[in-house]
Amino acid sequence: MLKKLTDFVRGSQVWKSIFRHGPPTTARNRAMVMLANVFLHLHPVRARASGIRLSFTWCMGGLTFFLFLVETVTGILLMFYYRPVAASAFNDIVALREDVPLGIMREIHRWGAHAMVITVWLHMFRVFMTGSYKPPREFNWGIGVVLLVVTLLLSFTGYLLPWDQLAIWAVTVGTNMARAHPAIGHEGPGSNLLVIDDIQFVTSGDDIRYALLGGRFVGEGTLLRFYVLHCIAVPVIAMVLMAVHFWRVRKDGGISGPL
Amino acid sequence: MLETIDGIFNFLTRPEIVFPGAFVLLYLSLRYARVWTRPPIALGIGVFLAALFVYSCAPGVGIAEGHEQFVESAAKADNVPITMMLGLLYFFFWLSLRKAVVNDERIEKGLPPVEADEKSRKVLVWPDLVYTELIAMVGVTVVLIVWALLLPAPIEEPANPGRTPNPAKAPWYFLGLQEMLVYFDPWLAGILIPALIMVGLICIPYIDRNPKGNGYYTLKERYGAIFVFLFGFLVLWVLQVFIGTFLRGYGWNFFGVYEKWDVNKVEPLLNIDVSEIFYVKMLGMYEPENTLVRELPGILLVLGYMTVLPVLFAVTKGKKLFRELGAVRFGIMVNLGLIMLAVPIKMVLRWLFNLKYIVNIPEWQLNI
Ligand code: HEM
Repeated sequence: MLKKLTDFVRGSQVWKSIFRHGPPTTARNRAMVMLANVFLHLHPVRARASGIRLSFTWCMGGLTFFLFLVETVTGILLMFYYRPVAASAFNDIVALREDVPLGIMREIHRWGAHAMVITVWLHMFRVFMTGSYKPPREFNWGIGVVLLVVTLLLSFTGYLLPWDQLAIWAVTVGTNMARAHPAIGHEGPGSNLLVIDDIQFVTSGDDIRYALLGGRFVGEGTLLRFYVLHCIAVPVIAMVLMAVHFWRVRKDGGISGPL
Repeated sequence: MLETIDGIFNFLTRPEIVFPGAFVLLYLSLRYARVWTRPPIALGIGVFLAALFVYSCAPGVGIAEGHEQFVESAAKADNVPITMMLGLLYFFFWLSLRKAVVNDERIEKGLPPVEADEKSRKVLVWPDLVYTELIAMVGVTVVLIVWALLLPAPIEEPANPGRTPNPAKAPWYFLGLQEMLVYFDPWLAGILIPALIMVGLICIPYIDRNPKGNGYYTLKERYGAIFVFLFGFLVLWVLQVFIGTFLRGYGWNFFGVYEKWDVNKVEPLLNIDVSEIFYVKMLGMYEPENTLVRELPGILLVLGYMTVLPVLFAVTKGKKLFRELGAVRFGIMVNLGLIMLAVPIKMVLRWLFNLKYIVNIPEWQLNI
């Protein structure tokens, strides 16, 4: 009965138009699955048994990517309800739990972000412990380091958006450091060098912190800037870098293994 | 009895104890990896650590209000991931060292590492890898949903720029940098140190020229590299996150794990600078008026540290390394290493001598 049904579905024109090969029960068809599907095509058809062992990679790179996708989906849902203006941001966040059906999207988004920070650290830890940064993978390790920073920035820019005490003070503490930038911060050593006739060029009104916050303090301007950074700028950078990262994993000979 | 134990833990978590302690612990855990990574022993240690955590969270035992303080920090919704991370880190620290030990023993016997045995065997990615990934994704999704159902995301009072919370803490993954602010000015702690961490990490593959240990777990073949990396990752980064979360209370003062945060705690600030040590204490004179003269000893110390030490190293112990790496690589490696080492050095100087600045030129906001 079931067999008949699956045979019918598999034989239908609709099914055949989607999947261009038979069921993945033979080696040939299993290879075809990987080649015909654009997403699975990220992977090679065959891999070394050592490289895909769970205890070797801990799947941490893959899970980091998966969590990035979770964040993208839940983030889009949150954007339906959230307005990045100081007057409404806080109330919108409260409403997410009170008024929105199945209101755990914010929770999943927040815990997913924390989890992504953890998995990315563990991924780096694994890559180091297997010596996978050694030639020919030096460049991809470098891309990875930038991805790590981008992951932290994603998390950090999102931290401000609830617009509560926790948010603005954590971001105040974090961005206070920027005013001490040695060259472009108004309290950094360099700001005293860029002085002509007593006119200071790097001041609290035009230094790097001002650019980051859109003002001298964490305020309305900061909220909008962080929102745009969090929802558009940083994710786009992350996606581009991930594309490069995955491409290079393949081009550098797949998951590393003994030479 | 329990209060004495808590007292011991409070002592052990003082900064001047916990840092050297963690360093020694890391050294021992690598040195004796063969012993402790055996599954029964490692499991025993894991159970002990878990029990310690449960004990810390138990109200009404030992120094009761100290445990309440610990629970308050641990149970903050945004701090829950820290406990998870520490648990996962212990597990993966063990796993990587265990696999390394097994491989090292094989290599000693003249066998290739486990991974090499399997290397020649190629398997189809469908189903072997794709299914593992699918299960991992489903697992993480379930964890996230349960986590989200059990623990509401935090929301505090609406933003109020006029009311600073005490202590005001950065997000947990940046607490290491906030901790650096205790020892360094912001231009170092917030800008230069993070930038150098990034640059240093990117430089690793170009500095570590050891061809061994590429693509398999091993400890013996790259002991030094692993030690330095884990020192940076576990002691200088993860431990700082722990300290920032559990041991930093009101006014960013330090408190033991089982110590109640006291609002009125004031640390005596008898900080002194290198210039004072040199001119006043050693030469018995007043500090010179001229800033540059006053700061000369400190400036010389810093410059000497960054230039003389590498050269000294290159002509003594580091001769072989220098020949292998060449001047540029060697210079970058030693300087990055010295900067990394400067962090604990400055901490130790603070604990021992209350040293605040090595160079202190407030006119230029150039304080080191
Ligand atoms: C958003 C962050 C990241 C994502 C999504 C990601 C994803 C991945 C994935 C899926 C792999 C395949 C193997 C595996 O899962 O372990 C991989 C490999 C690799 N990653 Fe990442 N990664 C990220 C960050 C990093 C970081 C922080 C580093 C290092 C600092 C890094 C360095 C590498 C290297 C060198 C490889 C090749 C490993 C090998 O061949 O064994 N990546 N990455």
